[in-house]
Amino acid sequence: MLLNIKDLTVAINGKEIIKGLNLQVNKGEVHAIMGPNGSGKSTLAAAITGRDGYEVTKGEIWYKGQNIVGLEADERANMGIFLSFQYPVEIPGVSMTNFMRTALNAQREYRGQPNIPAGEFLKLMEEKKKMVDIHAKLTKRSVNEGFSGGEKKKNEIFQMALLEPTLAILDETDSGLDIDALRTVAKGVNELRSSENGFVVITHYQRLLEYIVPDYVHVLSDGKIVKSGTKNLALDLEEKGYEWLKEEAAV
Amino acid sequence: MSENTDNNILEEVTSGEYKFGFFTDIETDLAPRGLTEDTIRFISAKKEEPEWMLEFRLKAFRHWLTLKVPEWAHLHYPEIDYQDIHYYAAPKKRPQLNSLDEVDPELLDTFKRLGISLDEQKRLSNVAVDAVIDSVSVKTTFQSTLAKKGIIFCSFSDAVKNHPELVKKYMGTVVPYTDNYYAALNSAVFSDGSFCYIPKGVRSPLELSTYFRINAANTGQFERTLIVAEEGGYVSYLEGCTAPQRDENQLHAAIVEIIAMDDAEVKYSTVQNWYPGDKEGKGGVYNFVTKRGLCKGQRSKISWTQVETGSAITWKYPSCVLLGDHAIGEFYSVAVTNHFQQADTGTKMIHIGKNTRSTIISKGISAGKSNNSYRGLVKIMPGATNSRNFSQCDSLLLGSRCGAHTFPFIDTRNHSSIVEHEATTSKISEDQLFYCNQRGIDTEKAIGLIVNGYAKEVLNKLPMEFAVEAQKLLAITLEGSVG
Ligand SMILES: Nc1ncnc2c1ncn2[C@@H]1O[C@H](COP(=O)(O)OP(=O)(O)OP(=O)(O)O)[C@@H](O)[C@H]1O
Ligand SMILES: [Mg+2]
Repeated sequence: MLLNIKDLTVAINGKEIIKGLNLQVNKGEVHAIMGPNGSGKSTLAAAITGRDGYEVTKGEIWYKGQNIVGLEADERANMGIFLSFQYPVEIPGVSMTNFMRTALNAQREYRGQPNIPAGEFLKLMEEKKKMVDIHAKLTKRSVNEGFSGGEKKKNEIFQMALLEPTLAILDETDSGLDIDALRTVAKGVNELRSSENGFVVITHYQRLLEYIVPDYVHVLSDGKIVKSGTKNLALDLEEKGYEWLKEEAAV
Repeated sequence: MSENTDNNILEEVTSGEYKFGFFTDIETDLAPRGLTEDTIRFISAKKEEPEWMLEFRLKAFRHWLTLKVPEWAHLHYPEIDYQDIHYYAAPKKRPQLNSLDEVDPELLDTFKRLGISLDEQKRLSNVAVDAVIDSVSVKTTFQSTLAKKGIIFCSFSDAVKNHPELVKKYMGTVVPYTDNYYAALNSAVFSDGSFCYIPKGVRSPLELSTYFRINAANTGQFERTLIVAEEGGYVSYLEGCTAPQRDENQLHAAIVEIIAMDDAEVKYSTVQNWYPGDKEGKGGVYNFVTKRGLCKGQRSKISWTQVETGSAITWKYPSCVLLGDHAIGEFYSVAVTNHFQQADTGTKMIHIGKNTRSTIISKGISAGKSNNSYRGLVKIMPGATNSRNFSQCDSLLLGSRCGAHTFPFIDTRNHSSIVEHEATTSKISEDQLFYCNQRGIDTEKAIGLIVNGYAKEVLNKLPMEFAVEAQKLLAITLEGSVG
């Protein structure tokens, strides 16, 4: 099993947001997580990736056979966990190229590999840029600075393609993308899919799941997974919204 | 995320320590502590100076006695006892300038540890080095290469001996000993430093570089640098400095004077890394420096680029007097303070000639409990018609217990000139750090990356070799600090 979350409780500033959540992701699987605004989807992503301030008050997060609760965020990243941010961050003055080379080399160092030779790195950049169809000039600019909403999201997928994670969490990567960009992003994800890695795709829209077909769909509500199913669940949700689930849960 | 998390991370990362704090055991020749006319006669005699030099020193000393310590800077430190300092310290075995073999091996080792090679290897990187340890210039490389072009690059003492007419003509013309308290003190007791003369029409084929190191205990270092570029001359000059870790504070009061004639250009770059004191604020160098350039000729240009990472106290305002028409003055600065460091630094641009231009880019970075101030003056005289200044002063705060202050003064006395001033204050956010962490970059590296990105505009102005060194220094200075 790639990821096994057991009875997880997460609090921010003492306030419980995730309230006893279980989730299992096997290698080769894609899991979609849907749910109303404020239900805790991004909080879950932050807890898995080890963001400071997201306190695991109960439960365990097993990844590749190790409970990673307590590990630093950079170490988890180096172990192959990637987050495509819902709101990518701007870092003025730091070029994408420099940023990605620093990241890639940090990950290589963690794995005991030498720094990537400059020529090889540039080739890799070119290759991945094509894959997600991002404008050549973007990588010369500072990280996300002045990027449009859609460019920022594509840039996340570009970074994912370059770092080749084992577990990728995509937090609303589809929001703000035009139809063509959505297809490109999905294509990028599908090309990376393999029997060795897994994806957790957080989204509000069924449409993305037409392109990235999930093995499972989960509904997160008030910090818990209240329903799981196949991709058809996403269709039901699109049609009926979340209210019926709450009613169902109340019964 | 919460302020607290921010501050915790910042704190952890910026509590790193000084890496150049070793002390070299070299036999030194010391002047007795204290400062009287006798001390000055002692220094002058040690240096076998001509009478006119001694006279200059004594005049400066007598003037210094009438002055009070300036208190206008945003700095706090205990009163300095000027009678408790050695005003002269020299490595005892005076090495011959001709052969590296004769240099004290301990000294060579010191330079190796500083990452400075005095060997002719430097030829490859096109840098000629003058090394000043404690008070005395110990080795100048590449003199012969430079001499072929008519360039003089030597220690200040040698210049006094071998080129007295040039020294007499220019010394004190840009920074007179009456200029300020520390300038008067330096003029009285200065020990050594570098002298550089670029003849008419000559572009220096090498970057010229001086490394200053304080070594002996309770020693003041007072060096003087004089650079003259004749018509059409060009030189890029680098200055680096370090000091050992000591509990007591060490005093450093330098003077740098630059003169650029018609169409001449001088680029002066500094990477200042004097010992900043420890995490508790104990020890460290007090750095009081007067640097000024005179753009005397038409279309002359002087640029100051500085990366200030060291010193417990920095008091420094490299300035340009734009006298010639169409002269250009530039000031690019990154000043980093951590722990209990205090920096009050900036520049003065005095526009006198017509159509003169100046640019000021200042990037302050504060961490820990440090204080970082920018102090600048842009003065445009009535005759300086159609002049322009652009100033940008940015401050970056790491944590919430440090301070950033800007004191820009603008004084425009004609209507055809334009002065623009921009200022920003920002913080490294927890969002940025987490974003980097999430890509596998640890917090310390992330801070280095973000800070270097922030300072890029200035770092880009440094010669390549120095830029790399400066980037590393920025990261080291902030080690143990951000969040
Ligand atoms: N730093 C914080 N401090 C306090 N409350 C927070 C913080 N971060 C998130 N929350 C709260 O936690 C809850 C879950 O937020 P989260 O961002 O995980 O929701 P989400 O499911 O991702 O929503 P959306 O679909 O709108 O992205 C919300 O009520 C939010 O206000
Ligand atoms: Mg969210």
